[in-house]
Amino acid sequence: MIPLSWVLALAGLLFGIGLLGALLSTNAVRMLICIELMLNAVNINLVAFSRYQGQAHGEIVALFAMAIGAAEAAVGLAIFVAVARNSKVIDIDKINLLKW
Amino acid sequence: MVGGEVVLSLAWLIPVFPVLAWLIIGLSGRKMQNRGSGIAIPAVLISFLFSLAVLVQVAQGQSYHTSFTWLEWPGFQITFGFQVDPLAAMMLVVVTLVSLLVQIYSLGYMQGDSHYSRYYANLSLFTAAMLTLLLADNYLLLLIAWELVGLCSYLLIGHYFRNPGVPQAANKAFLTTRVGDFGFMIALMAIFNATGTFNFQEIFALAQTGAISQGTLVLVTAGLFLGAAGKSAQFPFQVWLPDAMAGPTPVSALIHAATMVAAGVYLIARSLPLYLVVPQVMQVVAWVGGITALLAAAVGLVVNDIKKVLAYSTISQLGYMMLGLGVGAFFPGVFHLMTHAFFKALLFLGAGSVIHAVHTQDMREMGGLGRRMPYTTLAFLAGSLALAGVFPFAGFYSKDSILAAVYASGNSVLFWMGVVAAILTAFYITRAVVLTFWHQPRSQGAEQAQESSPVMTVPLLILSGFALAAGWLGADFSGNILGGFLGTEFHLPRAIHHYVTRIATVAALGGIVLAIFTYLFRWFQPSVLTQRFPQCYQLLQQAYYFDRFYNRVFVTGTIRVAEFVAWFDQTVIDGLVNAVGRLGKNLALLIAKIDILLIDGFVVGFGHSVGRAGDRVRRWQNGLTANYLLSLVWAVLISILTFKLLG
Repeated sequence: MIPLSWVLALAGLLFGIGLLGALLSTNAVRMLICIELMLNAVNINLVAFSRYQGQAHGEIVALFAMAIGAAEAAVGLAIFVAVARNSKVIDIDKINLLKW
Repeated sequence: MVGGEVVLSLAWLIPVFPVLAWLIIGLSGRKMQNRGSGIAIPAVLISFLFSLAVLVQVAQGQSYHTSFTWLEWPGFQITFGFQVDPLAAMMLVVVTLVSLLVQIYSLGYMQGDSHYSRYYANLSLFTAAMLTLLLADNYLLLLIAWELVGLCSYLLIGHYFRNPGVPQAANKAFLTTRVGDFGFMIALMAIFNATGTFNFQEIFALAQTGAISQGTLVLVTAGLFLGAAGKSAQFPFQVWLPDAMAGPTPVSALIHAATMVAAGVYLIARSLPLYLVVPQVMQVVAWVGGITALLAAAVGLVVNDIKKVLAYSTISQLGYMMLGLGVGAFFPGVFHLMTHAFFKALLFLGAGSVIHAVHTQDMREMGGLGRRMPYTTLAFLAGSLALAGVFPFAGFYSKDSILAAVYASGNSVLFWMGVVAAILTAFYITRAVVLTFWHQPRSQGAEQAQESSPVMTVPLLILSGFALAAGWLGADFSGNILGGFLGTEFHLPRAIHHYVTRIATVAALGGIVLAIFTYLFRWFQPSVLTQRFPQCYQLLQQAYYFDRFYNRVFVTGTIRVAEFVAWFDQTVIDGLVNAVGRLGKNLALLIAKIDILLIDGFVVGFGHSVGRAGDRVRRWQNGLTANYLLSLVWAVLISILTFKLLG
């Protein structure tokens, strides 16, 4: 069985990649992908802990998180598609119509 | 007779009709336009018919008195009431009749006047006030009506208020009579203080039993006479009456005959029981009356304004009445008041007719109107003969009875003053008649004069009838109906009567003949006299310089006092007020400064600091999504660290 620390390291790596991607990219879709990456890193954590404790709680939470993540991605993409249709812009820093 | 009692018990309605007319016309304002006469004349006609019915009842020995409590305090009460006695009944008829004729006459005289309805409204109120005055059973109600009469005379004298001098004349009439009214009010306070009532009968009863002290009675009678002298234009208050000619001529007729000036004489006649108790004041009344009669008649000799001749004649005739009442003769005074009302109204309306035709009041610009205005001439002649006291006209009987009473009282100085005044009266009225109606016209207006319309001449002719016949009521041959009606014993020895009648007739005819020789036949030039005695002429022309004296002393004095008061007001009072104001203002400024600096500073500063804080915090929200995300990362890291360190 793969030791827990390896799995946690993979999850930490995925989360770090997702975070850096979200922080550094300006493309909205790419940010969404990075957020999805972080979400899944957390899911790996949950599943891993669940396995090593021999309980199903974590896996159930992970399933919920995936469902919510899918919904979130769908809503987010829908918003960005609508914005892009309106203004031909997908750069997150230029979508500032609602700014003060 | 049940019906008669009903009529009598409704006597208080007599003044109500003109009051209603006044209200209707007055409240309708401009909507009334020229229809005011259509309301005022029927109202006064009803009052007249009512007065006649009341007179008939009173003549049958009935009397009427009603009263109600007007004000009540613990300890005393004031009752108001109406009474009809023979004196009041007679005056009611005279007043309503003259007022009726004057109002009918005004249909013609005031035609086209721009304030036609207001004129009729005022006439109605004037009549109503005078009727209330006659019906009053107490001094307080009489005073109220008295003041109303004064107010109405002010309004009517000032009818042409846009013409120069007219407002001044109206003010003068009002203010001069006000001076006398002060005496009236003091008398009222004194009498109420002494008796606790205003009712005539109660006061007279108390006075006759000697329950009122002599000092109080002197004060009361003197005060009442002061009021009466002001109203009836007696010396030295006579100045307002000639100026009152500024009003429309029918108003002059009303004022002189029935309303305003009659009120003073009526007051004295009404209060005669009080005067009989204090002979000293009676003497004053008699002397003031005699002096007024003589002096005013003398001024009448030189005046050229036809209305002013009549004005001075009124003053003089009122003097006669006062003289008669002053020697204690109730009947002659009242008798003359009644006859004078008719013939003076006649003279004024006649003069009005002349003025209406010629458009001037100056007799020097008239002349030759006899042929052009026959009815007016006839009427004016009748009035003049009555005024002069020629048999069998009204003035002959009434003036005779006054002179006889004065002669019988034993005061020969006053008697001869009266006789001289009678000569002067006959002279000046004959002069006026000759200058106005005889010779050739002396102006274009007089040449083109035409007889007035029937609406004016018919009242003149009716009044002429009264001027001729009114005296017969008090004559011996008719058994002195009026004396019996008024319930006064007035019988002088026959010898005295004959003696006085002879003297009075000689005086009247003498004056007339003298004036005819002077002015009609011109045997004698009056200018010779005026050039020979310029001072005398000027003295009369200026009416004894009374106006100038009053102007110098009272008017100027009042203005000086007013100026001083104004100065005091502007410097001292205003200074004080301004100082208080300035203090408040400075205090307010101080508070305002505190408010601005401290309170506002705090509030504004608070707002500013919030704004600045917002400004700082705002920078966080710079719209860069990465920044937000970074903040989130930092927040998570910090919270993990914090839990790690604390936990």
